[in-house]
Amino acid sequence: MNQIELNNITKRYPGCIANQAVELKVGAGEIHALLGENGAGKSTLMKIIYGVVKPDEGIMRWQGEEISVKGPAHARELGIGMVFQHFSLFETLTVAENIALSLPKAESASMDLLKKRIIEVSEHYGMKLDPNRYVHSLSIGEQQRVEIVRCLLQDVKLLILDEPTSVLTPQEVETLFKTLHLLAAEGCSILFISHKLDEVRALCDHATILKAGQVSGHCIPKETTTAELARLMVGDDTPLTEDYKKAEGAETFLSIVDLSHQSDDPFACTLKNISLDVKAGEILGIAGVAGNGQEELLNLISGEDTSAKETVFFAKKAVGNLTPEKRRILGLGFVPEERLGRGAVPDMSLQDNGLLTAYQGDLTKNGIINTSKVKAFAQNIIEKFNVKAAGIHAQAKSLSGGNLQKYIIGREILQNPKLLVCSHPTWGVDIGAAILIRHELIKLRDEGCAILVVSEDIDELYSISDRICAICDGELSPVAPTHDVSINQLGMWMAGDFHAVNTDSNSEPSNSAPSNSTPTNHSPESEGAIK
Amino acid sequence: MFNITLEKRPSDSKTMSYLSPLFAVILTLISGGLLFSALGQDPFHALYTFFIAPLTDVYGWTELGVKVAPLTLCAIGLMLCFKARIWNIGAEGQFILGGLGGGYIALELLEAEGFWVLPVVLFCGALSGLLWGALTALLKTRFGANEILTTIMLNYIALNWLLYGVHGPLKDPDGFNFPESALFSDFATLPVLSDDYRLNISIFFALFAVAVVWALMSKTLLGFQIAVLGEDKAAARFAGFKEERLIWFVLLACGALAGLAGVSEVTGSVGQLNPYISPGYGYAAIIVVFLGRMHPVGIVFASMLLALTYMGGEMAQMDLALPKSLTGLFQGMLLFYLLACDLLISYRIVRKPAARAIGSSSNSAQA
Amino acid sequence: MDFELFTNILFATLRTGTPLILIALGEMVCEKSGVLNLGQEGMVLMGAALGFIAAVVTGHAGLGIIAAILAGMMMSVLFAFLAVTLVSNQVATGLALTIFGTGLSGFLGAGYVGMAIDGIAPFPIPFLSDIPVIGKVLFSHDPLVYVSWVMFGLIFWCFRSTRLGLIIRAVGENPEAANAIGIPVMKVRYGAILFGGAMAGLAGAYLSLVYTPMWSEGMSAGRGWIALALVVFASWKAERILLGAYLFGAASILHLVLQGLGFEASPNLLAMLPYGATIIVLVIIASDAAKAKLSTPLALGRPYRPQV
Repeated sequence: MNQIELNNITKRYPGCIANQAVELKVGAGEIHALLGENGAGKSTLMKIIYGVVKPDEGIMRWQGEEISVKGPAHARELGIGMVFQHFSLFETLTVAENIALSLPKAESASMDLLKKRIIEVSEHYGMKLDPNRYVHSLSIGEQQRVEIVRCLLQDVKLLILDEPTSVLTPQEVETLFKTLHLLAAEGCSILFISHKLDEVRALCDHATILKAGQVSGHCIPKETTTAELARLMVGDDTPLTEDYKKAEGAETFLSIVDLSHQSDDPFACTLKNISLDVKAGEILGIAGVAGNGQEELLNLISGEDTSAKETVFFAKKAVGNLTPEKRRILGLGFVPEERLGRGAVPDMSLQDNGLLTAYQGDLTKNGIINTSKVKAFAQNIIEKFNVKAAGIHAQAKSLSGGNLQKYIIGREILQNPKLLVCSHPTWGVDIGAAILIRHELIKLRDEGCAILVVSEDIDELYSISDRICAICDGELSPVAPTHDVSINQLGMWMAGDFHAVNTDSNSEPSNSAPSNSTPTNHSPESEGAIK
Repeated sequence: MFNITLEKRPSDSKTMSYLSPLFAVILTLISGGLLFSALGQDPFHALYTFFIAPLTDVYGWTELGVKVAPLTLCAIGLMLCFKARIWNIGAEGQFILGGLGGGYIALELLEAEGFWVLPVVLFCGALSGLLWGALTALLKTRFGANEILTTIMLNYIALNWLLYGVHGPLKDPDGFNFPESALFSDFATLPVLSDDYRLNISIFFALFAVAVVWALMSKTLLGFQIAVLGEDKAAARFAGFKEERLIWFVLLACGALAGLAGVSEVTGSVGQLNPYISPGYGYAAIIVVFLGRMHPVGIVFASMLLALTYMGGEMAQMDLALPKSLTGLFQGMLLFYLLACDLLISYRIVRKPAARAIGSSSNSAQA
Repeated sequence: MDFELFTNILFATLRTGTPLILIALGEMVCEKSGVLNLGQEGMVLMGAALGFIAAVVTGHAGLGIIAAILAGMMMSVLFAFLAVTLVSNQVATGLALTIFGTGLSGFLGAGYVGMAIDGIAPFPIPFLSDIPVIGKVLFSHDPLVYVSWVMFGLIFWCFRSTRLGLIIRAVGENPEAANAIGIPVMKVRYGAILFGGAMAGLAGAYLSLVYTPMWSEGMSAGRGWIALALVVFASWKAERILLGAYLFGAASILHLVLQGLGFEASPNLLAMLPYGATIIVLVIIASDAAKAKLSTPLALGRPYRPQV
C-alpha cells in the first residue's frame, strides 16, 4: 500500500493551469523525487498535499483512504510534515517557541518537557539544536534543522522538503542526506522537491518529473542519466548547458582593500578585512550560503551603504564614500537579488523601470524627462533581451521571474557598464532565461566588462566564473582560478575553513579541520559527526 | 466566510481606480439617505438639501470656490508627501501656522499702506507653514521620528498656539474681550473677484499650484524620484535617489502650500484671527488626496466634493436642524467606502470558490 | 512643597494616566498581531459619546460602560473588515476611522452637550485605602483604575507565558509562516483589533463618565494619538506602557503643580505640554534605531491575505 497517492489532481489559476491530471505515488519508507523546472507546478502540488491549496479536481489517498486535507493543521495531524523553501519560522522567537507553535496545544503545554524532546530528537537524527536560541541568531542551515525537527517531533509519516539543498554547503547537504536516509529506514516516506539532478540521483529511489504542470515521466534516478532526466524536465527543444571558455582578464577595475564593516542593522552580518580584485574582461564568482555577508558586501560596492573612502576603488579611483548615482557615472551596473522591490518597482511600468537606473544618460535633460527616449529605451531592452511582456506599459509585477530578470539585466547592460555586479542572476528563473542570461554575461565579459557574480548556485559559478572564492561569516576565502578549485574545497571555504587543502576525495568532510570562523553561526565540523 | 471570493488581478485595473471614487460617492449617498430616513427626514429632500441646494445659485458656487481654494492647496501639498509615502497628517497645523504667522504680520502692519503689504503677509504665512513642515522633516530625517505621530502632535500644538494668540497677545484691545484679533487692513486683504461675493484670488493660487505640481510629477526627474521613493524605498536607494533630500522637499513644499492656504484664508474670507480659522481643512484634504487618486486634476474635483460636504453640513444645520458634525460623518464615510472600493483595483470578485494566484511567478513562467 | 498637594498630584497622575493605559494596552495587542490601527481617537470618542448617552438614558453608569465598550468594538469591526478582510491600507483606514468616529460621535452626542451626570463614584478599597498616603494615592480610586491594573496584569502574563501570546506575536511577525503552520491569521487579527476597540471604548467611558463626567465634542483631545506614541515608547512592552502612561499623566497635570507653587501661565501654553513631551519621547526612542527595529513587530502595517 502506498503512503500517499494522488490521482488526476488538477489546479487552475486565472490564465494558466498549475497542475493538470497529476498522478503521484509514494510508498512507505521511499525517498521520492519530484523534479521540475521553476514554474513546472511542483510548489502548487506540494501545497495541495499540505492542505494550503485546494485542488479543483482529483483524489488524494492517504494510506489507502480517500481524504481531503483541510489545512496545514489537519495535514500535520495525519502525519504530513513540510519543510518550506522560505522557512516558516519566526525570527524573534526561540527555537522551542517556534516548535511549540506548530504542535497541538497539549504537546506544548510544558516547555521544559518540549525542550528535552527537541534535544533528544535532534541528536538522534544528527542535527544538534539548542532549543533556547533565538532563530535570528541561527545560520540558514540551522534554521532548516528547526523546520525538520519541528516535523519529526510529530510522528511524521511523510516529510516533504522543498528545494532543501539550495541553502546549504555541499558538506551540509551530505549531513542532510544522512538524516533523510535514516528517516526513510525508519519507515518515513520522503518527498524531495528539487531541480538539481545530481542530488536526486544520489538520494532518491523514484522520481516523478513535472513539466508545465503535467507529469512528463517517471523513472528510477539511479538508473537514469542526468541528461535523460534533464530532457524530461525541459523537453527536447531547449539546449541544456553551454560550455564557456575561461578568460584571463586585463586591468583591474574593481578593487576592494581591507574592507571591514559593521551595520546598524542588528540582523546584519559584520564584514571582516575583505580584499578582492575584479579585472576588466573576467568574471569573479563568490559562492556562499545566504546571510554570510553577501548582501552587506554588495551594498558597499553599489553605494547603497558606504564605507571609508580608501576601501573600494573603481579603476584606481577611491569610491568607498560615494553614493550609488556617482558610482553609476563611473561605470557601475548592478543587478540585485530582489527583483521586485529593489531591482524593479513592482507597481510601475517597464517604461518607468527603465528610467529607474538609466536616468543619468540622455533620457533626462536638466531634470526634465524625455519621454520618447525613455519609451525607446524600454522597447530596446524588451527586443534585445527577448523579454516576454504585454509591452512597455506592463507593470513589473506582471512579468514572470525570468522575464523580469532579463529586463533588469538588459537595462544594466545597455548602459554599457564597466563593472557589472550580479546577485543570484538566475535564481528562480526558468532554464531558457537562465541560459540567455549566462550567455549575455559571457558576451559582456568578452567585451571587456569586469563582472562580479554572487550566487548560491555552485554549478552556475563553475560554469561562468573565471576565478572563484567563497564568503563565510563576513570573511572572504582565498581567490583562485575556477579550474584549480574542487567542489570539495569550495564547500570547505563556504563553511569558513579557508585553510583547507585541495583534496579530490569525496569522503566525509573533515572533522578535524580547524575553523577560523567566529563562534556565532557556522560549525560544519559538528555536522560531520552523526551519532 | 463568503460564497464569493477575491482573486488577485495580474495587473492593477486602471478603470477601477477611476470608478472606485464614483462607487464610493454612490454608496455614501445611499448610506446618507438611509441615515436621514432613520432620523425621520425625507431622505430625498435631505440629500437634496445637503448636496444640491447649496449649489443652486451663483452665490453657492462662489462659496464653493471659497472652500475649494484652501482644500486644494492643502491637498496638493499632501499629495506630494503621500506620493513619497510620507504620511504627513500635519497640513492642519501648517495651515494654522500659516494663518497665525501671516496674521501676526498683518496685525503688525495694520497702519502700513501700500500694495507691498499683502505679498509680505502672504509670504510670511507660507514661510510659517514651511517652517512648521521643516520641523517635521527635521524630526523625520535627523531623528527618525514617526511622521504620523509628530505631525498630529504639531497640529495640536499649532492649535493651542493660535488659541494662546487670540486669547492673549493678539487679542483685539477693542474687541469686548472676544478671543479674536482686530480686522486686517484693506492692504492686507486678498482682493475679491466681484464685490458681490466672497470668492477671492486664492482660487488662482490653488489652480496655479495644481498646474505646477502636475508638471512636476509627470515631466520631471524629481517627480519621478518622489514616486519611486513612495512605491518602493529599496528601489529608490538602489537607483541612488537621495531619500532625505526628497523627504525634505515634499514636507517643505506641503508646509508652504498649506501655509499659503492658511494665510489666504485669514486674509481672505475670515479677515482676522480667531479660534475657528480652520474647519478642519487640513484633515479633509487627506480625504481629498485619496479621493482624487493622488492626481492633481482628480484633486480639484475631489476638493469640490469635500467643499460641498462643508456647505451641506451648514445647510442641513439651518434647514433641517441637524448637527453640523454631519460633515465629518459624511467625510469619514466617503473615505471608508473609497478604501473598500479600492480593493477592486487589485482584486476582482469571482463567484465560485477557490482560485487565487499563488506566487504569480510560478504560474506565469509557463505563459 | 505642601505634603497634601504632593499626595493629590500623585493621585491625579494615576487618574490622568488611566485612559492612556487602557488605549495603549489595546493598541499594543493590536500591533503585536501586525495591525496598525490609527483609529484610536475615533474609537475613544465613540466610546465616550455612547457611554455618556447610555448613562444618561438609562440612568446607570455601569450600562454606560458596557455601551462604550460595545461602541469601541463596533468601530473596530469596521476597521477590521476593511484592513483585514479587504486588505486596505492600514494607515488610511485608521485615519478614516478617526475622522468618521469624530464626526459620528459629535453627531450622536450633539443633544447631550452640557448635560451633567453623577458619573462613577470612587471605590476606596476597604482597609487598604486607610493606609496613610499610599491608601489615598493607590486605593481610593474609581473602579476603572483598578480595571486598568487588572488588564495590565492579564496582558503582561499573556505575552510572557501563554500560547495565545505566542500566537499573536507569530502572526505579527510573519503572517505567511503563521498561516503555513496552521494559525488562523485573519481570526487572530480580528480578535486583536476587537480587543483594541473594546479597550479604546472603555477609555472613552472613563473620560466621559469618570474623568470629567460630561460629553463635549472632541473631548479626547488627542489621547488616542498620544497612546499610539506611548506604544512605540514602550517598545511594545506592557510594563513600560504603565510607566509611560503615568509619566504622561504627570506631564499633563503639570499646571496643577505650577499653580500649587504659585505660578500663573496661559492654559493654552500649558496645554501644549503633553504634545511637546510626546514629540520629545518619539525623538528619544527613534534615536536608537537598532533597538527599535528589534522590538517592532516585523509585519506591522503590512496587509496580508492568505492564499486559497
